[in-house]
Amino acid sequence: MRVDVGVNGTRYVDEVEPRLLLVHYLREVRGLKATNVGCDSSSCGACTVLVDGESVKSCTTLAAQADGREVTTVEGLAESDGSMHSMQQAFREEHALQCGFCTPGMVMASVGLLSENPKPTEEEIRLALEGNLCRCTGYHNIVRAVRRAAGTLDEDGANA
Amino acid sequence: MAAGTSILGTRVLRTEDPSFLTRGAVYTDDIVDDRLTGAVYVTFVRSPVAHGRIVSIDKTAALAAEGVVDVVTAEDLEGVGLLPPPPGSAQGKQMRRSILAADVVRFVGEPVAAVVTQERYQGEDAAELVGVDIEPLPAVVDPREAAKDEVLLFPDAGTNTTYTSDRESDPTMFDDCEVVVTQEVINQRVAAVPLEVRAMAAAAGADGRLVVWAPSQGAQGFKSTIVRVLKQDEDQVHVVTPEVGGGFGAKIFPDAEHLLVPWLAKRLDRPVRWVETRSENLLAMPQGRGQIQTVTIGGRRDGTVQAYRLDVLQDSGCGGMASVLASLTALMAPGVYDIAKVEANARSVATNTAPVAAFRGAGRPEATAAVERAMDLFAAEIGMDPADVRRKNVVAPDKFPFRTSMGALYDSGEYAAALDKVLAGAGYEDLRREQQQRRDRGDVVQLGLGMSTYVEITGGGLEASGDDENATVEIHADGSATVLTGTSPHGQGHATAWAMLVSEQTGIPLEKVTVKHGDTDLIPKGGGTGGSRSLQLGGSAVFTTTQQLVELAKERAAALLEANPDDLVVDTENAGLGVVGTPGTSVSFADLAAKEELRAEGVFAAPGPTYPFGAHLAAVEVDTESGKVVLRRLVTVDDAGTVLNPLLFDGQRHGGLAQGVAQALFEEVLYDEDGNPQTTTFADYPIVSATELPSFELLTMETPTSYNPLGAKGIGEAATIGSTPAVQNAVVDALAHLGVRHVDMPLTPERVWSAVTAAGEGNA
Repeated sequence: MRVDVGVNGTRYVDEVEPRLLLVHYLREVRGLKATNVGCDSSSCGACTVLVDGESVKSCTTLAAQADGREVTTVEGLAESDGSMHSMQQAFREEHALQCGFCTPGMVMASVGLLSENPKPTEEEIRLALEGNLCRCTGYHNIVRAVRRAAGTLDEDGANA
Repeated sequence: MAAGTSILGTRVLRTEDPSFLTRGAVYTDDIVDDRLTGAVYVTFVRSPVAHGRIVSIDKTAALAAEGVVDVVTAEDLEGVGLLPPPPGSAQGKQMRRSILAADVVRFVGEPVAAVVTQERYQGEDAAELVGVDIEPLPAVVDPREAAKDEVLLFPDAGTNTTYTSDRESDPTMFDDCEVVVTQEVINQRVAAVPLEVRAMAAAAGADGRLVVWAPSQGAQGFKSTIVRVLKQDEDQVHVVTPEVGGGFGAKIFPDAEHLLVPWLAKRLDRPVRWVETRSENLLAMPQGRGQIQTVTIGGRRDGTVQAYRLDVLQDSGCGGMASVLASLTALMAPGVYDIAKVEANARSVATNTAPVAAFRGAGRPEATAAVERAMDLFAAEIGMDPADVRRKNVVAPDKFPFRTSMGALYDSGEYAAALDKVLAGAGYEDLRREQQQRRDRGDVVQLGLGMSTYVEITGGGLEASGDDENATVEIHADGSATVLTGTSPHGQGHATAWAMLVSEQTGIPLEKVTVKHGDTDLIPKGGGTGGSRSLQLGGSAVFTTTQQLVELAKERAAALLEANPDDLVVDTENAGLGVVGTPGTSVSFADLAAKEELRAEGVFAAPGPTYPFGAHLAAVEVDTESGKVVLRRLVTVDDAGTVLNPLLFDGQRHGGLAQGVAQALFEEVLYDEDGNPQTTTFADYPIVSATELPSFELLTMETPTSYNPLGAKGIGEAATIGSTPAVQNAVVDALAHLGVRHVDMPLTPERVWSAVTAAGEGNA
């Protein structure tokens, strides 16, 4: 079947199998390999992307469902001048990634969170990221990164 | 860098992060390479039963399915060797499995056949069409049952025992004790769960060489097993490890699947790719822990521990590498304590379950969990604060280097200081007062405080002998530098850390230092990354090799500048060498490299492993009516000697703490009595998420080791080791006034509630 999908600001028309998952469309058809597959039960969130600005798990979305919509992956998140998005910058400054496998999904879920709730508390961040699993960071620095991006991280770094 | 300041010990952001964050790291399944053009895909057909005899395998329907290129079974594996035997076993030779099950299947998920298809999705369809007829055999799942040798996994071996420590036991060791407590303690089986599952890509190149891409913790180790099992010439195999999405010990050794994929590339003379599903990963990737322990502790009522015995029954699954775990647990049995009499006995048995092997800490968390539980059991029995019991028995700082009765040689340590620091940092006295108030009020939600004081072994093997690692450092004419390392990062930040070591000594900016790893053509030798060995061995190798390189540069610069080499000093401002007292007389490393190759190769050998240590305090709230546990605080000291980069150091601690908490409270791999796995998706296996954890409170302490020029010990596993018993002890402590003395992990609401109920009925 034919899909017409916006990916990181450019529109593409592709012929795909009806059962093709959005994550495989992004990775294999569009060659955008940053979005990862970490599970097969929609639990880990490594595949999280934005569809029309809302974070979704692309491993349980069909490419067909993205027809006529705009998908943003971590590759498309940088500012227009090429510098990192404030969330990417915050992840770097807070050491919110180690092996990096969950990171694209974690960043996109965090961007999605702030678009809905610009000043989340620590508890709200933890709840919002429940569907994004990380085995390296213990989430400590991911939570700090989201707070940094939201502008709610104290100067002294205290987790008050 | 300003003169007189050092980059070492400072919080340096990671150089690898900008590309990881904007383009994504390149993992094995992301590899785009000409040699993989037209690759076909492998899908494994796995055993649905835990133990059985293969009657027949019918490939007909699968071979006729769309896109199928090949279907292979054990019969096709001509000239292929067997999987390595369980280490340390007298009967190891009789316990080796074929890389596809031959005749007998021994766990659910064991690869039985492999389907090769043009497209990835076709493999899922075709694998369903392979008809595997298996006649079930009785399965043995509980290691206590396996130890009876009634059902044998490998009848030729005549036993299920894969390792036994075979030590003499002293029946009189507790005779002088006023108090003796004994307890069975379960250290449950957990899954490693790297977010990147197992994967591989392989191609038989035009030159006949086999090129393999695989996520591993050491390309060189992977290569040697591939060479051995597939019977290839050493120089005909090239293993590349790209970025790796987490390892945690489970990616140290190649598994059966990793050996079949390159063999298929040779057989078909086509590039082949494989990536497993998460369910396959939870079925068949080696798992961790899995010990049944019996602790016996005895001493005087004044708090002196006189004798400690640890008996370990290790579940090694289907012939995993777990015998190593059991022996490491025995080695580290006495932990931080100076106890007159210590005995540890370990036995490892095969069961009809997934293989058990290394996982974050690999044998040491199990030792610490046992002795730290024992200390609390002893403290409760004599009615003493567990902190006081620990202070009374830890190895005193003036006794280092300290040889334990199990043979480990602890290099340096400040155990009581670490404990005191944690207790002070947490406000222990105030927390105890709050606990008493809640008890006095009879609150539904009770407060529990748990501590552990731990020591672990890093940068070494089983014996207290030294390990080594190599490095090559080269400076180029454009002023950049390249480091080749035999270590193998999977999230730890080697690229940044090794660049810091070069930058410190040359002035070359971090951004101009490229760190290469995981390529057996470029780096033929290397021990990889495991057992927290990287910084103390690999980092020291980079450091000392850079020193050699600077010395070499000095000799060349001296000739060029007509100066005495002794008068030359590194000018870090200009990334070069200058003459003392003669401003303006200098030459850059880049200029020296332009004239002649500027490169040094070195090996750093350590006199022995090092022993990081620390102390953790957990405060938990336990709902005595529902059994629900909430971890309120986790305060820790993790002393791994001199810290190179606090950013990376704390990151390793955070991850370790989360893992330790997860084992204490949530995670467990479960099988039913027939060996059917019950935890094969993230819906069933409760990997810890952000909602279940607090932010951690880290305190700093640095006790350098003299075993390497950096003063560094390993940190990758330490926080996992300390946190598990701290959290477990805290939950038991919350219920102590009700008469509860022990609850096994994971401390699920049901288990905690049952313990409270049993105590109320006087059955604790």
